[in-house]
Amino acid sequence: MTTTVAPYRSEQPVGRDGFAQLLRAEFTKFRTVRAWVITLGVAGALIVVLAWVTSPHTGVCVVGPKSPPICSTPSAPSVPVGPGGEAVVDTFSFLRQPMIGNGSLTVEVTSLTGAIAAGNGVNLGPDGQVPNPTHPGVVPWAKAGLIITQSTAQGSPYTAVMVTPGHGVRMQYDYTDDVAGLPGTVTQSSPRWLRLTRVGDVITGYDSLDGTQWTKIGTAHLTGLPDVIQAGLFVTSPEDNAGTNDSSASLATATFGRVHLVGDPQNSGWSGQVVSANHESYFTLPTGRNWFKQSDGTFTVTGSGDIAPQVSGGALQGMGETTSLLASGTFGLIPVIVLATLFITSEFRRRVIRTTLTASPRRGRVLAAKAVVIGSVTFVAACLATAIAEAISRHVLPANGNYVFPLSTLAEIRVILGTGLLFAFAAIGILGLATVLRRTAGAVAAGIVLFVLPFILGANASSPAPDWLMRIFPTAAFAVQGTLPRFAQVTNAYTMNNGYYPLGPWVGLAVLCAWTAVALGAAMWSIRRRDV
Amino acid sequence: MPEALHAEWAKLRTLASTYWLLLAVAVCTVGVGTAVVAASSYQTGSHQDTPKLSLTGMDLGQAVVAVLAVLVISNEYSTGTMSVTLTAMPRRLVVLAAKAITLTGLVAAAGVIAVGGSLLAGRIILASKGFTVAHGYALLSLGHGPMLRAAIGPVLYLVLIALLSLGVATALRESATSIGVILGLLYLFPFLAQVVSDPAWHRHLEQIGPMTAGLAIQATTNLQSLPISPWAGLGVLAIWAGVALVAGGILLRVRDA
Repeated sequence: MTTTVAPYRSEQPVGRDGFAQLLRAEFTKFRTVRAWVITLGVAGALIVVLAWVTSPHTGVCVVGPKSPPICSTPSAPSVPVGPGGEAVVDTFSFLRQPMIGNGSLTVEVTSLTGAIAAGNGVNLGPDGQVPNPTHPGVVPWAKAGLIITQSTAQGSPYTAVMVTPGHGVRMQYDYTDDVAGLPGTVTQSSPRWLRLTRVGDVITGYDSLDGTQWTKIGTAHLTGLPDVIQAGLFVTSPEDNAGTNDSSASLATATFGRVHLVGDPQNSGWSGQVVSANHESYFTLPTGRNWFKQSDGTFTVTGSGDIAPQVSGGALQGMGETTSLLASGTFGLIPVIVLATLFITSEFRRRVIRTTLTASPRRGRVLAAKAVVIGSVTFVAACLATAIAEAISRHVLPANGNYVFPLSTLAEIRVILGTGLLFAFAAIGILGLATVLRRTAGAVAAGIVLFVLPFILGANASSPAPDWLMRIFPTAAFAVQGTLPRFAQVTNAYTMNNGYYPLGPWVGLAVLCAWTAVALGAAMWSIRRRDV
Repeated sequence: MPEALHAEWAKLRTLASTYWLLLAVAVCTVGVGTAVVAASSYQTGSHQDTPKLSLTGMDLGQAVVAVLAVLVISNEYSTGTMSVTLTAMPRRLVVLAAKAITLTGLVAAAGVIAVGGSLLAGRIILASKGFTVAHGYALLSLGHGPMLRAAIGPVLYLVLIALLSLGVATALRESATSIGVILGLLYLFPFLAQVVSDPAWHRHLEQIGPMTAGLAIQATTNLQSLPISPWAGLGVLAIWAGVALVAGGILLRVRDA
């Protein structure tokens, strides 16, 4: 007689084989290796500390013969803010009359010439003459024309039509908006006629070659415009920099024909005013009436300055925040690269990968779970650290005498979340690279070289410009931290050193995504095809 | 000691990765250097230090040297060979010295090829980029003093980077952490110097950074404007390497393997 013994069956319920379980397993691996959690903490600490250290100090130190150096911190320059909350330049020569209610303003511009200084901020002579050394010349974005502005306070809402030497007739309003009109330059034989009309909050700009055939350029809506506004002629001329950081003050002089103003019943006459924020990049015009002449109903007006968005570069460097976030982010990546590499290579080295793949034979899913876990933890850590770093640098930079460009909350959130995504994609990419290489040392070195070397090569003054490196290397993703917009109507050195990335924020991040996708794809192929 | 040297030489010689890494040192250095030289052009008014320009590839080549040096010791820890090594040769400092000497020999050999190749590429290409005698640029040749220094010094630089890396890796044991620390240390200073606007701080950072000070050895012209003189800069790197080796040696001596 035989008895059959039932084979042993565990009392434990059969575990489920879902992706959630895999995620939990991978997260447990991460959480329970103390060195890895510490490494992530080091990354966060590096981001915060380096952001503080690299927030530049512009103080001036005087070293005495026997005393310790006495340092003084200049206060951050004050820059007017436009109606949209953006930093603006609002410096021009204004010949104005009040306009009450609806009205229109028409003028003929017959010439626009100028002079460029050899240095910055040269004073105009008391007789209104341009002092030496200057040479004749006019910058492409010198402006002369009509303007309707809410008031002469800095940063007021306005609409203007103007002639420019290099960009034809333009209609510009509220500092950032720019619409093209008739092309070509103004000469005595080929003048331009300009007209602005106000109907309620709507201001329309027109241009014409002969004063009879008018073409509409565009309309601007200045909401909440008061009944009495200032209207008149303006001339201004931005610094001459040819897209570099070497700039010289410039001066423009325009000749206007008879001005036709409808809307000033009192006919209070023209009064001249230099609207200025004492900008050191421009000529200082005398407060007298020397900068404009009226003869026989025509006007000759001289001006220096600009009515435009403020950009970073030349006299006003606003790249502090970008630089400190870039520096801290780059070095915060080093521990993340180490961590992401070890997250997979330590399994290979200790042969734990065999256990992992026995428990979950679908290898692609294991790699996916690892990618999700390492991506998530680095995302959270980087977001937190960047939020702190950003708050610190926005506090430290002005205290150190640096100007910080105003930043909308939305842009601030984009910088923080974008940096988090940058770290997550970088970690996932390195995870992929390490899965293919299976070598800790090689993966870590390759990762660091990819992310750090572009800056080092770019920093080397004898190397070519780092622009192309910042387009094709994974470091392109740091563009997500860029907050300074470029303006076609402002000539400036839009370079990395001034805080302008060569790519847009999301395009830059997409470059990193492409690298990550390639690395992860190769890793998927590698982990499926190769024995462990 | 000769036995220890023989043993370490045998370990390095029989690893395929050693040769790949040595090849990578030469290829990365010469490759990047050639690319940078090929992308440059003579501009009136600006002065280029042509040997320094030709040696730009060392920025990358040194990373490979660091990997090689780290693996010399961390591979033994990760595979458990370290216990065997120390059982066979209980005098631990002798083991470290033997590793340092074999590493020095290999990196020096690779360095000669890397630096020589970069300068040769510079010599061939630079003339066609407008860096000619007519513009005040002599052909790169070992004939004059500063040029000879810019040829020998960079080889010594790579050797010192290897020794620094060996010291750090001996102290930290783990290859990933060691490479992270070494490359972070090397690249942090030029990076910080770039973003710190205070000129005094900028200069100090360049004087104490192992990479920024050490690479002063590449310079041949305009030495007064350097933050540190070429040989003194290499000395700074030697101090870093010495401190790392001593720290590594002490830890190797007092810790359980």
